[in-house]
Amino acid sequence: MITGNVVVVGGGVAGMEVAGQLARSGCMVSLIEKESSAGGHIKEWHHLFPDRRNSMEVTDYLARQINHDNITLLTGTTIARMGYGKKVFTVDTENGKSISADAVVVATGFDLFRSERKEEYGYGIYDNVITSADLEVMFRNGEIKLTDGRRPEKIGIVHCVGSRDEKVGNIYCSKLCCITAVKQAMELKEHLSDARVYCFYMDMRMGGALYEETYRESQEKYGINFIRGKVSEVGETIDHKLIIKVEDTLVGRPLRMELDMIVLMAGMEMSKGGEQMAQIFGLKTGENRFFAAADHHYGSNESNVEALFFAGSCTAPMNITETISHARAAAAEVICYLRKAER
Amino acid sequence: MEKFGFKISKTRVIDFDQNDKSVAEFIYTNEPSFRLCIECGGCSATCTAGNFIPFSLRELQILLKRGETEKVKDNIEKCMLCGKCSLVCPRGVNTRNIIELAKRAFKTPELHAV
Ligand code: SF4
Ligand code: SF4
Ligand code: SF4
Repeated sequence: MITGNVVVVGGGVAGMEVAGQLARSGCMVSLIEKESSAGGHIKEWHHLFPDRRNSMEVTDYLARQINHDNITLLTGTTIARMGYGKKVFTVDTENGKSISADAVVVATGFDLFRSERKEEYGYGIYDNVITSADLEVMFRNGEIKLTDGRRPEKIGIVHCVGSRDEKVGNIYCSKLCCITAVKQAMELKEHLSDARVYCFYMDMRMGGALYEETYRESQEKYGINFIRGKVSEVGETIDHKLIIKVEDTLVGRPLRMELDMIVLMAGMEMSKGGEQMAQIFGLKTGENRFFAAADHHYGSNESNVEALFFAGSCTAPMNITETISHARAAAAEVICYLRKAER
Repeated sequence: MEKFGFKISKTRVIDFDQNDKSVAEFIYTNEPSFRLCIECGGCSATCTAGNFIPFSLRELQILLKRGETEKVKDNIEKCMLCGKCSLVCPRGVNTRNIIELAKRAFKTPELHAV
C-alpha cells in the first residue's frame, strides 16, 4: 500500500480505470469529469468491436472500478488553473474548489471529428447523411430509419472522414474507424436483412486482434461490399436520393451510386479539454495535436512535467483494450513515482 | 517437348527494370509532392474531364511512376487544368503542377532524358 493524493483529469474509460487501480493501491483519488456523469464516449456506443458485445458490460465494469471509498468523483467540473511547486500540485476547478495532489494523471481522451467540417459530404445539409456515432444511437433505439420513416435499402459507409486528410488538418489515421465500419455494416444487415451495404475505403486497416477475421466474416456471412476509392463528394438527386461520387480505383473508372443512407466514419481528434490542459500547463503536443509522451516506446505515460502522467487516447487514437492497458500502465507509473518520493 | 515457365506476353507485363522512368524522376525533382499520392482516386472522382472521357489523373500518375509513359503522353492533354483535383486531394499533392511538368517533359525530352 502507498499513500498519496492523485488528481485524475477525465472520467472516460482511461480515467476510470486509472482511478480504480490507484484507489486499490491506497491512493486518494479525485476524478474530475466535465460531463454530468463519468463514462466517456463509450456510453453513447451500443455495441463494441470486434465481438459486438454490449458496451454496457464494459461501462458496468468501469463503474465497479470507481466504486471505491478512496475515490471522489467530481462531475460537471473543469479545471481553471493548475500550479506545481515543492512537489505538490494545486488544482483549481472552475467551480471554486482547490485540490492538492502529489501526482496528476491526464486522461482527457479524444473528441469525435465534427463531420460538418467535411462539407462536401453533406452532413447537416442532406437528410440521411449520418455519422458512425448517430448510427450507434439508432442501434441502441433498435430502429434504423430514414428521416421520412422508411427503411433504407441501400446504404453507403464512407471511411476516413476527418482522418488521413490534409484538407482538415489531420494527416494521421484514427485506427478504429475501419473496424467500426465493418462492425456497423454487419449490424446494419442484422437489422435490415434485405439492405445492400457498401464500404468506400482507401485502405482496409485491420491491424487489431480479430479485426481481419471480422472483415472476412462481413464478406462471408453478411455480403458486405467493398469499393476502393476516396469519396470526393455527396449530392442529392431531384427525388431526394443521395448520390455518391468516387473513383473505383481498382477498375480505374469513376463510379456513381444512388444511396438511401450514408454513414460517415468520423475520426478522432485531440479533445478540446486536452488542448486546454496543454495550454494551462505547457504540456507538449505532437504534430497530430495529441499529447506527446516523453518516449514513444518506453515512456508513453510520462509527460514533460514531473509527476504528471498520461493515460489513454489523449496521446493517440486507441481502442478500449489499449486504453485500459495504457491506463493500468499509467497507474503503475504513478505508484512507482510515489514510492520513490516516499523514500 | 513443350516448354512451360515464365513466358508471359510482353505487352501484359510492366517491365519495371527496362521501363524509362525519367519523366517521373523529373517530376519528383521539381514537384516533391508527387511522391505523396496514395492512389485514393479522389482527384479522378471529381475530375471534370474524367467524368466524360477515359482520363484518370490517379492512373496517369502511377503509370508515370512505373515508366509506362506511352500511355500517358496523349492522354494528359485531355486535362483542362481546372484545378478541381487539387481541392479534394487528401495528401496535398500539387496535381496541377504535376500535369504541367509532365506535359513539359513530353515536349522537351532533353529536360529529363538520360
Ligand atoms: S482506421 Fe480506416 S477509416 Fe479510420 S482513418 Fe484509418 S484507414 Fe481511415
Ligand atoms: S485539373 Fe485536370 S486532372 Fe484536375 S480535375 Fe481539372 S481536368 Fe481533371
Ligand atoms: S487525390 Fe491526391 S492522393 Fe488521391 S489519387 Fe489523386 S493525387 Fe493521389
